[in-house]
Amino acid sequence: MKARNQRLLAVGLVIAGVGLGATFLLKAMNQNILYYYSPTQMEAGEAPEDRRFRVGGLVVEDSIVRKEGTMEVRFTLTDEAHVLPVLYTGILPDLFREGQGIIAHGRLDGGQFVADEILAKHDENYMPPEVAASLEETHKRTGQQQTTGGY
Amino acid sequence: MFAFIHKLGSPPHFWRLSGTMVPWFSWFAVVLIAVGTVGGLWVAPPDYQQLDAFRIIYFHVPSAWLSQFGYVVMAAAAAVGLIWRIKLAHAVAAACAPIGASFTVVALATGSIWGKPMWGTWWVWDARLTSTLVLLFLYFGYMALRAAIDDENRADRASALLAIIGVINIPIIKYSVEWWNTLHQPATISKIGKPSMDPEMLVPLLVMWLGFTFFFFAVLMVRTRAELIARERNKKWLREVIGRG
Repeated sequence: MKARNQRLLAVGLVIAGVGLGATFLLKAMNQNILYYYSPTQMEAGEAPEDRRFRVGGLVVEDSIVRKEGTMEVRFTLTDEAHVLPVLYTGILPDLFREGQGIIAHGRLDGGQFVADEILAKHDENYMPPEVAASLEETHKRTGQQQTTGGY
Repeated sequence: MFAFIHKLGSPPHFWRLSGTMVPWFSWFAVVLIAVGTVGGLWVAPPDYQQLDAFRIIYFHVPSAWLSQFGYVVMAAAAAVGLIWRIKLAHAVAAACAPIGASFTVVALATGSIWGKPMWGTWWVWDARLTSTLVLLFLYFGYMALRAAIDDENRADRASALLAIIGVINIPIIKYSVEWWNTLHQPATISKIGKPSMDPEMLVPLLVMWLGFTFFFFAVLMVRTRAELIARERNKKWLREVIGRG
């Protein structure tokens, strides 16, 4: 084998080896890389319920209840399979609204999730407001549920 | 075929070729970035959710693309240099690292500025953001390793190996948003089928992307020429072209 081909093979093997190593490493750490759990995963007991963790989902329409004179807000989170009531006190991000995908960080207290941090997700769709409005109109007419934020 | 590759790898030939191409690439970059900026900041309509705040995408996405593309260019050049012992390829890899690192910094900074109002946080340790930070450290590691070895040939070979090993991070960055739940949203443009962006918004972004890419190659060629001046300082051809001015 020519020296050049040997080097080519060596580089190929290094890439394959590192790739394989990284695959196993990431597979092993999969749970730790998950940024948040869904209400369904919580239901299945996959979330670490004895410590702080993040849960992500959509804010259910008409579920936001603010307590007069305080920063306290209650709402329901859903992944369209299971729901989770959330309690939060503090400033909400601009994108927080009904139907929006959000991530809450906190712990489970009884059946309720007490969040100390709320992050809003936005989806990968970009469009002008008029297009969004007409899309919503179509969804309403066809009776489908429109959600503005993916999660 | 081999004659062509051999010619491409010859520093005097590269010097002549890049001398012609740098002005062209620079002008393409200037015009495209100017058009893209006007298109993105004034012509494109505001987003339905994020209103005008989404416009930072016109700098964030091209920078993020080049931070990864720059790494692939660097690693590919390093591999060619390692396997075929082409010195010019090592010079390209060495010239590429600071450019890629700069684009990574811009991508991280603009992402952070975008994240604060929209997500509600400057930084989170989700897979996309973390793997991009790892990319920045790979660039830094590559540059530090080069700087730490005095002998040029050994520096070339050692850093080439680091660049090649680090290339595994690129698919991790790319697919992080699909493999794991992340705060960062999935891909918009490279989605299979139709990109999920209104054409009025997408066209300036593509123009910007093209402009940034021309800019990247223009800077890469200028930096590679500077590398060649340092590396070939005792060669006759360089004295001749420099002497001629």
